[in-house]
Amino acid sequence: MTHRFRDLLALEPLTAEELTFLLDQSQPFQEIQRHPLKKLATLRGKTVALAFFESSTRTRISFGTAASRLGSDTMNLQAEASSLKKGESLLDTVHTLDAMKPDCLVMRHASSGAADFVARHLEIPVINAGDGTHEHPSQGLLDALTIRDRKGTLSDLNVTILGDIQHSRVARSNLHLLGKFGCRFTLCGPAMWVPRELEQIGPRSVRRVFRIEEALDGADVVLVLRVQTERLHEPALSASDYILLYQLNAERLCLAKSDAIVLHPGPMNRGIEISSEVADGPQSCVLEQVANGIAVRMALLFLLIAGVPEEGTHPADEAQQSLKRATDMKDASHAAR
Amino acid sequence: MLLVKNGRVVDPVRQTEANLDVLLDADRIVEVGPPGRLSSKNGFEIFDASGLIVAPGFIDLHAHLREPGQESSETIETGTRAAARGGFTAVCCMPNTRPVNDNASVTGFILDRAKLAASVRVWPIGAASVGSKGEALAEIAAMKQAGIVAVSDDGRPIATAKLARQVMDYCRSLNLPVIEHAEDVSLAAGAVMREGVTSTRLGLPGMPAAAESVCVARDVQLAELTGARLHIAHLSAKASLEQVRAAKQRGLRVTCEVTPHHFTLVDEDVQYDSRYKMNPPLAAREDREALLAGLADGTVEAIATDHAPHEPALKDVEFDRAPFGVTGFETALALALEQLVHTGRITLMRLVELFTSGPARVLGLERTIAPNQPADLTIFSVDRNWTFHASESASKSRNTPFDGRSFKGGPVATVVGGKVVHALEESLHA
Repeated sequence: MTHRFRDLLALEPLTAEELTFLLDQSQPFQEIQRHPLKKLATLRGKTVALAFFESSTRTRISFGTAASRLGSDTMNLQAEASSLKKGESLLDTVHTLDAMKPDCLVMRHASSGAADFVARHLEIPVINAGDGTHEHPSQGLLDALTIRDRKGTLSDLNVTILGDIQHSRVARSNLHLLGKFGCRFTLCGPAMWVPRELEQIGPRSVRRVFRIEEALDGADVVLVLRVQTERLHEPALSASDYILLYQLNAERLCLAKSDAIVLHPGPMNRGIEISSEVADGPQSCVLEQVANGIAVRMALLFLLIAGVPEEGTHPADEAQQSLKRATDMKDASHAAR
Repeated sequence: MLLVKNGRVVDPVRQTEANLDVLLDADRIVEVGPPGRLSSKNGFEIFDASGLIVAPGFIDLHAHLREPGQESSETIETGTRAAARGGFTAVCCMPNTRPVNDNASVTGFILDRAKLAASVRVWPIGAASVGSKGEALAEIAAMKQAGIVAVSDDGRPIATAKLARQVMDYCRSLNLPVIEHAEDVSLAAGAVMREGVTSTRLGLPGMPAAAESVCVARDVQLAELTGARLHIAHLSAKASLEQVRAAKQRGLRVTCEVTPHHFTLVDEDVQYDSRYKMNPPLAAREDREALLAGLADGTVEAIATDHAPHEPALKDVEFDRAPFGVTGFETALALALEQLVHTGRITLMRLVELFTSGPARVLGLERTIAPNQPADLTIFSVDRNWTFHASESASKSRNTPFDGRSFKGGPVATVVGGKVVHALEESLHA
């Protein structure tokens, strides 16, 4: 298929076929993460602009690593260091970045729709690395890749999402992506964080449940959301209530299917939304998610900057070959000794 | 003298819809009579209104002209030129200027500027509280003497029930209507659109309909307590409308207005585009249906624009950081024809009422086409095909969701004080 991705702003508008294509394109890059030599030359001479208007460590490092493993240079803008504090508008800031001629803009912003707004004003591809409480498409893709690896499929799974779903861009991207493959969702958390409208924003099968025991029953996948501790400070809820009612601990996890997996977008608040026992247990996929994040982001940068590769010429193959050459040389030198 | 001839006069007060000529001097309507019967003397300016509707001058109860203080977004000159192009002959301007119109000298400044630069009549609305801060009563009597027609803390509600009660008591004694921007600010805090499936999908903070209707409930009860004339501005929610309807049935002096954007669009239309951001926000489908019913059954007195210009630099930002408000003068009549008349929901007579005698009644005035009435007329077409381009607007600002929309029918000429202050080029060659 030919790709139609000028930008990646949200997963909601993508079809199951397009999403499968993105996941398939990510797969060869997973291999690369296991190689001793991880750097490709595919995007040599290209520049990726990373504009993080909201603080982020892991997503920024993940995109930066993905870019450098493709051989691309990066330019970094962080909110703290930017002129935004001096009152410059978002549009002026991104136009300034654009004038330095990057080949792609990866941006995170606290306002929902900010990436959409910027993409309307720029020619270069824009990747949304999280916009407010709207979407976090690369996170949705890396979660799906992790699930597909562990479960062998994305179809017909029972997915339970725990936490502040109303304010979670990760939850929205997961709902839209997994919903396209027919997953059934159970959303669980304090009522004010799980509004009724969530049942209607996308996938057909979404139910709301307010008891975690009921929510976990029969789950194949449990996605635990980070509790934004600042939200606990709203008069709405106390941390101890949250732990009492909604923390995923080992005892509760037993209610899910025995082969259920646990995902968390990180960073985790151990002891609040997830117990250490679960976070470090065999069902946890947290570190796989991190590794898959680089693969997914390499695929996205590659597709948006270089375009869809021809059949049988995936850039990751180049790495396989160079690795083989290196091994051959090593063998040869050993033989010569 | 101006003779407007061959038009179809639609006058809701007299319930006339007939072909009549209207003769005006610089001040008053002089004579109304059957076509060709009025004594036409040499030197009379003639406007041929063949095929057009001739209505009493339209009144907009709710607009922001931004002067003094935000002249980069609008001035009295540009705003009233846009109003004239929209068929309005009088515009009530809200007091949230910089400084706030909370004293007679600001009122005087606005009226002086209007005398010099305005295309249409400017009727200032004074602040209810000093600085619209919701603490102390503004000098309402002095402003009334200077020329205000109502009071409001628009942009926000009158802050507390106690102050609202005082304002209503006082304004009742001064015979001024109290115009309320009904909003429970705690329920609306941080919200940038209406709460619902769309806000949830877009991840934008939403306010429930109750953010408006809770405040309407408060104010209706205070209107009952005080006997004041209470007018609910830009009413958007079904629950608010039901309370206004019930208040009227109980005989209270409670009125309301609805904007064209609220009776045309709904929250589902919102995109990440600040031209869809206004307060109150676009409401749910069922709210819009209720507004359409209220416009038809008489619960709603007036269509008001809430013309709220913001220069592009302010509006072309992230959705949640953009100021609330859309422009509205030039599209109001066309949207009303499109949504209300062409769909058969209301008659042309009722439409004219919503723009003329309805808002006039809210202000305690009369609006009709008869001798001795003010020499203001709105002349419009019900079938002219045209397209609105924001880039050609007379307003300084471009923040409208209706840019590029094609219409059937709209304003053709506007007469204020016996003078044609706006006329489409084509209408002059007729």
